[in-house]
Amino acid sequence: MTLAKRIIPCLDVDAGRVVKGVNFVGIRDAGDPVEIAKRYNQQGADEITFLDITASHEDRDTTVEMVERIAGEVFIPLTVGGGIRRCEDIRTMLNAGADKISINTAAVTNPEFVREAAERFGSQCIVVAIDAKRVSAEDETPRWEIFTHGGRRPTGLDAVEWARKMADYGAGELLLTSMDRDGTKVGFDLGVTRAISDAVDVPVIASGGVGNLDHLVAGVREGGADAVLAASIFHFGEYTIPDAKRYMAEHGIEMRL
Amino acid sequence: MTIAVIDYGMGNLHSVAKALEHVTHENVMVTRDPRSIRGASRLVLPGQGAIRDCIGELERTELTGLVKELLTAQAKPLLGICVGQQMLFERSEENGGVDCLGFLPGRVRHFGQHLSSPDGERLKVPHMGWNRVAQRHAHPLWNGIDDGARFYFVHSYFVEADSDGDIFGTTDYAGAEAHVATGRGTVFAVQFHPEKSARDGLQLLENFVNWAP
Repeated sequence: MTLAKRIIPCLDVDAGRVVKGVNFVGIRDAGDPVEIAKRYNQQGADEITFLDITASHEDRDTTVEMVERIAGEVFIPLTVGGGIRRCEDIRTMLNAGADKISINTAAVTNPEFVREAAERFGSQCIVVAIDAKRVSAEDETPRWEIFTHGGRRPTGLDAVEWARKMADYGAGELLLTSMDRDGTKVGFDLGVTRAISDAVDVPVIASGGVGNLDHLVAGVREGGADAVLAASIFHFGEYTIPDAKRYMAEHGIEMRL
Repeated sequence: MTIAVIDYGMGNLHSVAKALEHVTHENVMVTRDPRSIRGASRLVLPGQGAIRDCIGELERTELTGLVKELLTAQAKPLLGICVGQQMLFERSEENGGVDCLGFLPGRVRHFGQHLSSPDGERLKVPHMGWNRVAQRHAHPLWNGIDDGARFYFVHSYFVEADSDGDIFGTTDYAGAEAHVATGRGTVFAVQFHPEKSARDGLQLLENFVNWAP
């Protein structure tokens, strides 16, 4: 098995600025997504994910411009997500240079949109973002449900069933975020990662909760993830991408070094 | 000197054009105009999505005849990418079976479903991510690229060429040997995405731009 597991740094961008903060030495403007994307590219990131969390519609043009500038300088796959609701949004981002488009809330409100998008643009560029939260008690069989609105709004959808459905509808990849773990730095929710990874044929990206390099190893080895996504451990310079890759490789994981 | 990226409506043409512009000062044009395509010094045939749609769109834009003619004329270098590689062969089993351009003998097959590795891990399809490419035969497009270098893939179907002489690179996945770099004469085609494969991908594109077969 020579296919490498992937490390994907994630940029949360609001009105053209990376908002979770980035702390690279020697970078001129810590909030510029283009500079940060270039830096991660130089470090050997396998892909970059750009999540647009811009609230106002007008600032969307800034996002398109950012994506265009990144795509002109960074020659690794670029996933763009946030606020994608119509095929027109997908077309705009692909034209700007995105390679994959992540669909989140719109998949829950209108699952047919995922089918339509996959048929029109091909499954290879459709990623469905799944925000899951554990709803079972400690002593019960674990069960997770889909939540929207940053983990505040329950949908009643079973996360594993939902993952299967989205893969059937044509998602080429799933970006799984544990809403219990996001921002906690205590590690991925390995239970839901393993359950979904075993349930679908398409690749699964684990996200939410990374605090150290052992968490990345566990996401792949215990969670069965095909790729691991992280933001803050890389942004604040705690670890570099090469640190993470070397560590994972030392733990027997196939990596692109 | 102009490089024409053939725009028949399928494929992420912008990524390919941007990567080419990064490695050359030559004019890069994304076009479906037959005169521009004929006049170009080099051609890129991209392709993404379902092969039935790719073949169908090539037909609809009335470019099938021209592409076939340019392939057989062997007058200028052509680089096929992703479905642009698959289309060069005789037939694909995707979409219930689709006849392709038939420039090279061989077929396009699916990896299969519900596959597992020997250690019990589920093998994912599409084959997505960075995998090693073994260089079976020397080729000018491999200049400066290590044997076994990793390139970025995303595909569920792969080429199985009939003639060993047409196979320049292979990748093992899910128990199959995919012929991921193939070619003949002035034609070279790859399953992976050089425009998304960082340094080695850009090197391959630069080699293509400098290739004088």
